[in-house]
Amino acid sequence: MTTHLDADGHLDGVRVAITGGTSGLGLALVAELMRRGARVAFVARTRARVDEVARAHPRAFGIVGDVARKEDIYPIALQIAGNLGGLDVLINNASSLGPVPLALLADTECEELELALATNVLGPFRLTRALLGALTASAREGRRSVVLNVSSDAAVNAYPQWGAYGASKAALRHMTRIWDEELAVEGVRFLSLDPGDMDTPLHALAVPDSDPTTLERPESAARELADAIAAAVTGSGADTRVGPHREGDASASGAEPAAGVAGADPRVRPGFAESRA
Amino acid sequence: MIAANWPVQRPRDARLLVVDAHGRITHAPRSRFIDFLKPGDLVIANDAATLPASLRGVHVPTGAPIEVRLAGHRCQTPGQNYTVSDTEFSAVVFGAGDFRTRTEDRALPPALAPGDRLVFEGLSATVEALLDHPRLVLLRFRGPTQAVWAGLARYGRPIQYAHMPTPLAMWDVWTPIAALPAAFEPPSASFALDWGSIRAMRGRGITFATITLAAGISSTGDPELDRRLPFDEPYRIPETTASAIREIRTTGGRVIAIGTTVVRALEHAAARHGVVRAGEGIADQRIGPASPLRIVDAILSGTHEPGGSHYQILRAFLDDATLADADAVLEARGYRTHEFGDSVLIERRCQTPCICDSVSDTVDRGRIEKVRLKADAT
Repeated sequence: MTTHLDADGHLDGVRVAITGGTSGLGLALVAELMRRGARVAFVARTRARVDEVARAHPRAFGIVGDVARKEDIYPIALQIAGNLGGLDVLINNASSLGPVPLALLADTECEELELALATNVLGPFRLTRALLGALTASAREGRRSVVLNVSSDAAVNAYPQWGAYGASKAALRHMTRIWDEELAVEGVRFLSLDPGDMDTPLHALAVPDSDPTTLERPESAARELADAIAAAVTGSGADTRVGPHREGDASASGAEPAAGVAGADPRVRPGFAESRA
Repeated sequence: MIAANWPVQRPRDARLLVVDAHGRITHAPRSRFIDFLKPGDLVIANDAATLPASLRGVHVPTGAPIEVRLAGHRCQTPGQNYTVSDTEFSAVVFGAGDFRTRTEDRALPPALAPGDRLVFEGLSATVEALLDHPRLVLLRFRGPTQAVWAGLARYGRPIQYAHMPTPLAMWDVWTPIAALPAAFEPPSASFALDWGSIRAMRGRGITFATITLAAGISSTGDPELDRRLPFDEPYRIPETTASAIREIRTTGGRVIAIGTTVVRALEHAAARHGVVRAGEGIADQRIGPASPLRIVDAILSGTHEPGGSHYQILRAFLDDATLADADAVLEARGYRTHEFGDSVLIERRCQTPCICDSVSDTVDRGRIEKVRLKADAT
């Protein structure tokens, strides 16, 4: 398979896997990546939803699995690497809010925190490890492989009632930076990007009374994330890197590089990743 | 030797027996493996990930329970254009029972015939042909490739043997560098690798590269079938690996193969073209004491009991007397064998007349190569 990239952010032949690919941002990313010529495998928990999205995108590979479950990780990895014949880009997008409705940490059950950590931290860690051989193999052959971990400004700012989500996303974000430090030498780039507040099922769960017209469409956030991936895959995306050189700039504003900020006041309405379906 | 019966890829107490080019034997903790490498060496590993290739099911015509172990990819004659199918496999069929019974003692399957249907949890297959043996069949899964991947992922189990009492999970058998799921049993020499050691290699001027070889089944319990092992194994050599090998030939560094599968792929490629070219091939050769090693200078391998095809590959590196010495030492020192066991690092025996002795430790390997070539020519 030859990979062709052009200046317009095309991803022809690039092999991409995305978790949480049947709703919200994940679903929009599947469509956006397909449109750009990528070969896409998407993962979600519910078979009916996976089948539905696969019908809409017949050339994408739908995989049923739950990244929060340890037993599902290798079956997911096997199907990703088997169907795509390897892997260039992994997008850890599936996320859990923790308690729904959102709750003060003091009212958060341990099990709810565990679920947020399992989905938002352990799942991405395990899946990245299982697919690291495929990602580094891609890099050894002269491609640029990328892991994009979908983050949130709740990873940086302390919003009341977002404890389980925010703490887990903060852990994911920090882990992303360390992965990037450790694996740059192997040719694998790690990105942590905040798509901003979007009109998605997860947002509706978190903020049921929000006005959807004030929120970004997941499609436009997907375009910006796909641009960031295209830039990283072609090696022109140094400014989106979360690393020591960027961190000084980023911490000045208290936020990491945002892929799409729709003018929302972060103190009021944190942006976040998409629901795992 | 003692069977390693706990599925830990890198136990802290793993040991390494080193046989250098002069036949000298030393011992080391295996974690110190890279201390035996030199700047300029090229380490090549097999990055195949392992399929969960054991399936329990039923032989539909008789209703008899069976276990099928996928054994190899269907591939066409070497030298022609070929494709590797994800839905057709050669497979060894067993009767009732599982890995807890030694393969030699397993019940035979019912008589198998072309056209027989086999059903497994979540998958269904047809016997396309018998492959010159009543238990070795060409199997075709029904349904699209994607459904076969899903079925294997959900219901397949790693192939395992009676020395390992606990069921293996996929995370037990995928090496840290596992990439393309193509192998039927793990390329277990790479269990010794971790990302820390790969990083350390880079820091010492040692190059790390990979090939992918779809390692086939290693044992069937049937003496006639075992004599046919290893089956043909498709492989792929990336351009970056081929060019690293070309470069090492000019700088005089050594090629260190991580595992017998790497030796098979590289030497197969070199036998075809004289040099290792990037691309795909089907390794169909046997390597033994008479096989020339055109590419590989040393091998890191598990410890192997005399007899099997893996052991035969070690005989290409060493004369039988030195190998017998090494075996005796492995036995006497209680080294552990099988895929989760200890390792050996064997450097190709210095050719006679050995010129290494006349050169200091900082030998010019390029010069030695030239002298060797001269000696070969005369």
